Amino acid sequence: MTINQEQTITFSPMHRLQWEEAQQKDVILYPEGMVELNQSSAEILKLCDSSRTPNQIVIELEEKFSTSGLTNDVNSFLEVALQNGWIQQP
Amino acid sequence: MAGSNNLKITPPRWLLAELTYKCPLQCPYCSNPIDYAQHSTEIGTEDWKRVLTQARKMGAVQLGFSGGEPLTRQDLPELVQHARQLGYYSNLITSGYGLTEEKIIQLKEAGLDHIQISIQASTQELNDHLAGTESYQTKKEVAHLVKKHGYPMVLCVVIHRENIHQMPEILAMAEELGADYLELANTQYYGWAHKNRDLLMPTKEQFEEAEAIAQAYKEKVADKMKIYYVIPDFHEDRPKACMNGWGTTFLTIAPDGVALPCHSARDLPGLECPSVNDYSVEEIWNESKTFNFFRGNEWMKEPCRSCDEKEKDFGGCRCQAYMLTGDMYKTDPVCSKSPDRHVIHEALDAARESALSADEQPLIFRNSKNSKKYS
Repeated sequence: MTINQEQTITFSPMHRLQWEEAQQKDVILYPEGMVELNQSSAEILKLCDSSRTPNQIVIELEEKFSTSGLTNDVNSFLEVALQNGWIQQP
Repeated sequence: MAGSNNLKITPPRWLLAELTYKCPLQCPYCSNPIDYAQHSTEIGTEDWKRVLTQARKMGAVQLGFSGGEPLTRQDLPELVQHARQLGYYSNLITSGYGLTEEKIIQLKEAGLDHIQISIQASTQELNDHLAGTESYQTKKEVAHLVKKHGYPMVLCVVIHRENIHQMPEILAMAEELGADYLELANTQYYGWAHKNRDLLMPTKEQFEEAEAIAQAYKEKVADKMKIYYVIPDFHEDRPKACMNGWGTTFLTIAPDGVALPCHSARDLPGLECPSVNDYSVEEIWNESKTFNFFRGNEWMKEPCRSCDEKEKDFGGCRCQAYMLTGDMYKTDPVCSKSPDRHVIHEALDAARESALSADEQPLIFRNSKNSKKYS
C-alpha cells in the first residue's frame, strides 16, 4: 500500500479527527483509541477531504505557511497515515 | 493514607459507563464483581447526563457504554445523543443480544461511533454453552448488520481453556464477519474469572501455540483487520501497567453511581469509593481518598519502591496484588521480582492439574442466583 500521486485523498470514515480543547491539540479518535497529533500532521489531515491530490495538499500548505520544500515531509506523513488507515484513496 | 504526596493530577481521558449489571448472558469469566446482585440500584438518565457532562469538561474523550448489557437500558439512545453533543467518541460494548436493525439505525442517528460485539467461541455449541444463553446466531446476524450500517466494528473474543483450541476458527470467523478489529482478550482473572480460574486458565503450551497462530494471521490480514492481543499476564514475568497508572487516565462509574479507578476497585478494603450522587466528577477525580490512594509511588513497598521499572508498570495491578497476596500494597505477584511469585506458579499448576483431572468441576456461571450464593 503506497500513496498514489494522481488520486485524491479522503479521511477515513472509520476515524474521527477532532480538536480537543482540554489537550489543546487535534486528535484522531477510533474504536477505544486516540492518537494525539502535532500541528503539522493535523494540518495535512484536514486537507484530506477527497478534493485534493498529494501535490495539491503540498501546494496549499506551502501557500498557507509561506514556505517551500514540504513535498517529502508531506508524502512521508501520508504514507504513515495510509498504513494506519487514517486516510484512503479511491 | 497512601498517595497523599503532592502530584500533578492528569485529567481522565477514558470514561467507562457501566450502565447496568443486568445481562441476558451468564459468562463465567465476567469482570463484574461476584456480589453484583447486592448493587442492583441504578442511577437515572439525568444522573448519567450530568456525569458525562462533568467528565467531558475535564477532558474525557473516549466513552464506553458497558455493563452488564447496556442495551437493557431504555435510555441508551438518549445518553448516546448527549455524548455526541458533548464531543465524546462513544463505544457500545455489547453482547449483541437484543440488538435489532432498528436499534442499530436509531443509535447511529443518535451519534454512536462504534460497536464492540463479544462472541464466546467459533461454534454455536460452545458459544451458547459459555454464554449460558442461546445467542450465537443472533450475534453473527448482528455483526453483519453493524457493518451494513457503516460502523467500525470490534469483535471481542475472551480466550480461555475452553475455547483456545478454536483460535484458527475464531480468526477466520472475525474475518468473515468483516470485523475491523479483533480483540483476543486473554482472560484476566478478576470477578467471576477468578472464581473459575482453575477451569479457565490455559497451559503455557496452549498459550504459545494460540499466540503463534494469531501472530501469523495478523500479518496476513494486516490491511483489513487489526488484531489486539490482551496479554495473559500470569505467563509473563513483568506485570501489566494496570489502567495506565491509578487515577491517571481511566474513570469507571458503576451502575449505582460509585466511581472507581478500575472496575475491580470496589473489592479493595477501606477505599470508600465515592458516589456521583454525593460529589461532582471533578471532586471525585481530584480530591477523593480513593482516586489519590495509589497515585504516584509513595505507597509502594519493596521491591517496587527501589525498582527502576516502577514508572513503567506502576507495580502492576492493585486488585491482583490484593486477591493473590491479601495485601494491596504489595508488588503484583506476576512480577518475577515479587517475593510472592510462587502464588502464580501455584495457580498455573492448579489449573494444569484441573485440566488433566478426570472429574473437572463445572463452571460457575454469572447469574443472580450464584451472585447471592457466593457473596
